[in-house]
Amino acid sequence: MMALRRVGAASAALALAGALAGTPASAQALPQPGAESCGGCHSTHGGAGAPMPSLHGLKAADITAAMLDYRSDRRQPTIMNRIAKGFSEDEIKAISNWLERQP
Amino acid sequence: MSRITRRAMVSGLAGAALLAKAGRAQAAARIVVIGGGYGGATCARALKRLGLDVTLVEPSATYVSCPFSNAVIAGLRGIEGQEFTYDALKREGVRIAPLSAVGVDGQARIATLSDGTKLSYDRLVMAPGIDLRFDALPGYDAEAASIMPHAWKAGSQTVLLRDQLRAMPDGGVFVMAAPANPYRCPPGPYERASLIAHYFKTEKPRSKIIILDAKDAFSKQRLFQAAWAQLYPGMIEWVPLSSGGKVTAVDPKAMTLTTDFQTFKASVANVIPPQRAGTIAQAAGVADRTGWCPINPSTFESTLVPNVHVIGDAAIMGAIPRSAFAANGQGKACASVIAGLLAHEDASAPRLINTCYSLVAPDYGISIAGVYRPGTPSFVEIEGSGGTSPLDAPAETRRTEAGYAEGWFRTITTDVFG
Repeated sequence: MMALRRVGAASAALALAGALAGTPASAQALPQPGAESCGGCHSTHGGAGAPMPSLHGLKAADITAAMLDYRSDRRQPTIMNRIAKGFSEDEIKAISNWLERQP
Repeated sequence: MSRITRRAMVSGLAGAALLAKAGRAQAAARIVVIGGGYGGATCARALKRLGLDVTLVEPSATYVSCPFSNAVIAGLRGIEGQEFTYDALKREGVRIAPLSAVGVDGQARIATLSDGTKLSYDRLVMAPGIDLRFDALPGYDAEAASIMPHAWKAGSQTVLLRDQLRAMPDGGVFVMAAPANPYRCPPGPYERASLIAHYFKTEKPRSKIIILDAKDAFSKQRLFQAAWAQLYPGMIEWVPLSSGGKVTAVDPKAMTLTTDFQTFKASVANVIPPQRAGTIAQAAGVADRTGWCPINPSTFESTLVPNVHVIGDAAIMGAIPRSAFAANGQGKACASVIAGLLAHEDASAPRLINTCYSLVAPDYGISIAGVYRPGTPSFVEIEGSGGTSPLDAPAETRRTEAGYAEGWFRTITTDVFG
């Protein structure tokens, strides 16, 4: 029940965010496509994850700025440049916003 | 909060009510997930977090991870580090049926378990992984695998191959039979050969490795071959299909592997046979004549049986390789798709990523990545994205990527099982 209540609260918060953004609430509650794959390498809920940086608690603007730098090869990471090139600027912003909202 | 106007607050609450209504409709829906690997366990957990009623059908109490099992074979880590339980999933409310699924009736929407239990479902997620084909290579059956291990499902086979290599005298010959595409973990055979070469170089330097391959090209090939020349000169011989590399028969008693041209005598033999989707996929009718499961890439739903979604190694995912990373992403994306379908919403088309590290040595890592979208008939790689580590990277980059490989393993296993 604890878990259910947490999900309920998170969903309500997402619905609120969705309403603010002017998009359908239930569609907003689901992650931006691609966003959940980040969690394959990066911690998105705090805790372990080194040496890859945790994304938990990061600002959307900072994630977006880093991804756009990777995408344009302004920064030279080992792998994120290859992944960032699979997303448009709008998609990157939507993914960053979703990540920022994660509890 | 201060920036939220009263009007926005009101519409936000209306949005929350709409979502709660969708949630109630979903709460009645029953989801059965078959298979508790990287794909199935991820999907079960994600579905539960979306508030759905989830039963995970998985006969093993412990999952043994294939990723990083090559390091176990090479003596770099213990098998215990590969083992994970479903305790965290249970704590979150995923119901575990500790049995095998033996049948699925797609019309009645009922899954039957090995003790006769019948589970009704609204949506079923099929994530059975692979079956090794013991009918595809003359001489290689389940019994032969106890002498010539495949070690392509982690567990006792992994330990058997490790122990055989430990017992092998210096100067021995390790022969591997690598399969044609498609199969689980495309770079896996070559990572395995690399780490065994590391073990030989350290402990048994007069030993040799022969890879008999049923194909002419493999994942991260140029990176592997450059690293072999640098780290293990003269130790690894790769025999491609066009040079007669395809193994056509094996003889476990004689410890020989035969190709069209030659018979190779092995001190230790590792036969990775052709594969297909797990048995239950065949029984449920979601596998086609290739042995793998065709799906609609926008929904992961089987094109053969409605209301059944197939994810992970069993499914035909087009350009996406069969990897744990890919299965994890598919598990989450499939959960979102199912929640959307139950709420009668059109979910956005999935966007999937693959990231795969291979260790050539403990401090030498290489990677391949890709980003994929649904195409026709299956997933296609997004142009301009993806690719491998650079061929000319300095040793520091290889060390960094080896560290990332281990970080990836810790993060993903925590994400799925932790």
